[in-house]
Amino acid sequence: MFETIIFSLLNGLVYGLLLFLLSSGLTLIFSMMGVLNLAHAGFYMLSAYFAYSISIHLGFWYGLLFAPLIVGFIGAMVERYGLRKVHKFGHVPELIFTFGVAFLLEELVQFVWGRNQLAYNKPEILEGSLFTLFGADFPIYKMFMLIVSVVIFIILLSVLKYTRTGLIIRAAVGHPNVVGMLGHNVPLIFMVTFGVGTALAGIAGAIAGPVLGTYPGMASGLGGIMFVVVIFGGLGSLGGAFIASLMIGLIQTFAIAIDASLSDVFLLMDIVITEQTFMYDIWVTSLSQVAPLIPYLMMVVMLIFRPAGLMGARES
Amino acid sequence: MLKVKDLHAFYGKSHILQGVSFEVGKGEIVSLLGRNGVGRSTTVNAIMGDVDRTGSIVFNGEEIAGLDAYQISRKGLAIVLENRSVFPALSVRENLILGVKDMRKVGRWKIEDMFEMFPSLARRADVPAGALSGGEQQMLVMCRALMGDPDLIMVDEPTEGLAPKVVEQVADLLTEIAKRGISILLIEQKLTIALKISARIYVMGHGRIVYQGTSSDFENNKQVRKDWLEV
Repeated sequence: MFETIIFSLLNGLVYGLLLFLLSSGLTLIFSMMGVLNLAHAGFYMLSAYFAYSISIHLGFWYGLLFAPLIVGFIGAMVERYGLRKVHKFGHVPELIFTFGVAFLLEELVQFVWGRNQLAYNKPEILEGSLFTLFGADFPIYKMFMLIVSVVIFIILLSVLKYTRTGLIIRAAVGHPNVVGMLGHNVPLIFMVTFGVGTALAGIAGAIAGPVLGTYPGMASGLGGIMFVVVIFGGLGSLGGAFIASLMIGLIQTFAIAIDASLSDVFLLMDIVITEQTFMYDIWVTSLSQVAPLIPYLMMVVMLIFRPAGLMGARES
Repeated sequence: MLKVKDLHAFYGKSHILQGVSFEVGKGEIVSLLGRNGVGRSTTVNAIMGDVDRTGSIVFNGEEIAGLDAYQISRKGLAIVLENRSVFPALSVRENLILGVKDMRKVGRWKIEDMFEMFPSLARRADVPAGALSGGEQQMLVMCRALMGDPDLIMVDEPTEGLAPKVVEQVADLLTEIAKRGISILLIEQKLTIALKISARIYVMGHGRIVYQGTSSDFENNKQVRKDWLEV
């Protein structure tokens, strides 16, 4: 029992922080530019593929360093030469544009690297287990993911809180036109934010590739959850995204670890469920079986009771 | 200083400004009057490039009609928007710092000057701007505009909804700004303030300028007031 809690906690943290790396960029871009970037998870995937290709030639560490930078640069260019031109036609064309980019990325990845999962491996130094508790191992690599995420989180927060650029970005969240009228180069800020946001997704892709698998479905695999995080936390709120990421990470891993079903609850009340019981299948479905559904359920409940999300401020 | 000629502006298909022309000289306070909805706010927003526009806008001898808001602002043209656009989550001090365009340049106004002029802002320097009163927010946005060291400020309805005493303060600040050689284009509902501080008056109606003259001319011209201002 104790070991399940410890391991679920750690796994939940790893997964939650990975979600935050992804959703922080998405929510930052949304709150500033009003664009829900449907291609965000595509950049995450693209970075994993880049990291794989670089790692073959130069090693894992160069992949981790360069893949997010390249993807961030591509993201900035997509904003500069694509999104900025579409911007004047309104939000729906913008949404369709990012949708198109998402498709393009998925096709591109399959075209270049094929449909199969790639052997993107972690480096030798990060192989093996960090500690063994009650006979179960905790891999070094997961601790590495945890540390990378935390470091990035601290850097992001410090830049936003203590630098002048960060101040301009915080002001531009929600009020970009006022910031422009004060003489700050808003188009440049948009481009940089988009680039940094996609680079954050890139870091997530480069570190997640070896454990979650590098394959053409990895974008859609995590893309849905990412939107749940952003909506649950409140569109445009970095703090909300952080809390929502950890919550969803933890809830999902705990749910997987718990092999209980409603029939067990009934058993406590001396009600025995048999195959003849009405709706038998539902009562015996275990929590771990419905774990993937829980985040979406959370999102629906949140949208019903608090449409702005945990900490969302923007009305539209 | 600022010469606007035949300015047309559009919101989608609506043709809001239909050939507006006016001028503001150096260190001059000029008021733009008119009933609600005649296009006064649209005029200043169009000058800043926030609304689709055609026509000529010459500022300091340079055509600025094709530029983005941030480029226009860097030329020395500031705007104080109607809705007291403070950054509500940021502190008073952060709001003021954001007014500075280039940290390396020393402008005519420093944060200390602002705090000296408005002790209430100094006392609440680290409070989120959203927690200030309407009057304090108005002072803050005007100070923020000054931090950018502009040559001309366009102020949209600065006294709207403020107590008479605060209105007086706003008028004093505007006069003080003009004394330092900064031009002001004032959009105002309250005739008394406009007449007291401005040298010249423009009156707008139906997206055009329908009257221009000095303040004293305007005061004696009851017909203009009746036709274009009184409700």
